[in-house]
Amino acid sequence: MKVSGATERLIERLAADATPMRRLPPPAMRTVLWLLPVAALAAIGILVFSDLRTFLERARDPKLAIELAATLVTGIAGVLAAFELSLPDRSRLWALLPLPTLALWIASSGYSCYRHWIAFGPEGWEIGESSHCLAFILATGLPLGASLLLLLRRACPLSPIPVAAMGGLGVAGIAAFLLQFFHPFDVTFMDLGVHLVAVGLVVAVLSLLAKLPPRDAAARPGAR
Amino acid sequence: MAAEESGHDVVRDERWSRLMAAAQAGDRACYEALLRDCLPFIRAVVARQHRRPDRIEDVVQDVLLTIHRVRHTYDPRRPFTPWLAAIARRRSIDLLRRRMRSDAREVADEEAYETFADPAANKDKDAADRAAELALAVATLPEGQRQAIELVKLREMSLEEAAQASGKSAGSLKVSIHRAIKTLRAHLRGA
Repeated sequence: MKVSGATERLIERLAADATPMRRLPPPAMRTVLWLLPVAALAAIGILVFSDLRTFLERARDPKLAIELAATLVTGIAGVLAAFELSLPDRSRLWALLPLPTLALWIASSGYSCYRHWIAFGPEGWEIGESSHCLAFILATGLPLGASLLLLLRRACPLSPIPVAAMGGLGVAGIAAFLLQFFHPFDVTFMDLGVHLVAVGLVVAVLSLLAKLPPRDAAARPGAR
Repeated sequence: MAAEESGHDVVRDERWSRLMAAAQAGDRACYEALLRDCLPFIRAVVARQHRRPDRIEDVVQDVLLTIHRVRHTYDPRRPFTPWLAAIARRRSIDLLRRRMRSDAREVADEEAYETFADPAANKDKDAADRAAELALAVATLPEGQRQAIELVKLREMSLEEAAQASGKSAGSLKVSIHRAIKTLRAHLRGA
């Protein structure tokens, strides 16, 4: 087949520019490498600032334990799915990975709200500590999201917005999990609504940041 | 027959995978061989969305540039063809969407292409080639300069908008644009 002069020259130029480079590690390893420092920082924060004894007492309730596990798994699954989706040849079905635990998280939180409402009546609709929850999820989720986005952009994703949105869901899940250590009371319906708004805000901010022009990761020999 | 073709595809995939692994290690000859070898495959994928030969060639060049930019994402333990096909399909659809958006906004006026008094200036057969040269030159600029040129000159943002999008000051962007134009001028003179 005939190759146009411009395509011919383009191939020659690209070949001339082919310097040795470091491949990206597999997505599972990238997830672990990102989670390790996050887990270390979170552990320090929990040990120093949280009321661990109260938390452990509350965590004996199986419903809260399910909610905690669902929140954490949603977070980790969202981060893993984002790393997978950032690569060109991975299935878009990875986007479904966090959805089952996300549904479980919302359902178990909703059930806790319902129990609280039955027990306390109209108080179940009050804005409890919602503003603190919102601030906590944003203050934790946005810096985590920014650090995750930097790593995701090294893959120069072909569709950056869904990748960033999935990463946003992941960090918001992790932030919501950490919130439970500093949230020693049952959530009201209003609290749940605010949690979901906070998660949506983190996803939206990361999706907007994903529109910024990508850095040319391939141009840097140390790209990871 | 189908089995024979499938066997051929496997052999071809293994060859491309080896060439890309060598290219990632800096082997320029292997990289050049790979890009040439892949061209018919890329054209076939692109031709599913685009019909005009000149447009197909533009998209093929864009796919080659994208392969170059994301080549560090290929894992040689996985098949190469799905990686390549995903890039070709994605870029092809992106450019089709972009063209549909611009077609929806713009009205074609054939006479408007005749912009110069000298008729010869309107019949420059190398115009497409030079556009591709320029695209490549922009792609190979240092990161800061490329970003400044893309935001201000190609996306036609104001300096303030570009400063907001890039997180750099307007003054720094001006310097980057000035340097980029100087680099491009030198690059294109030497081409």
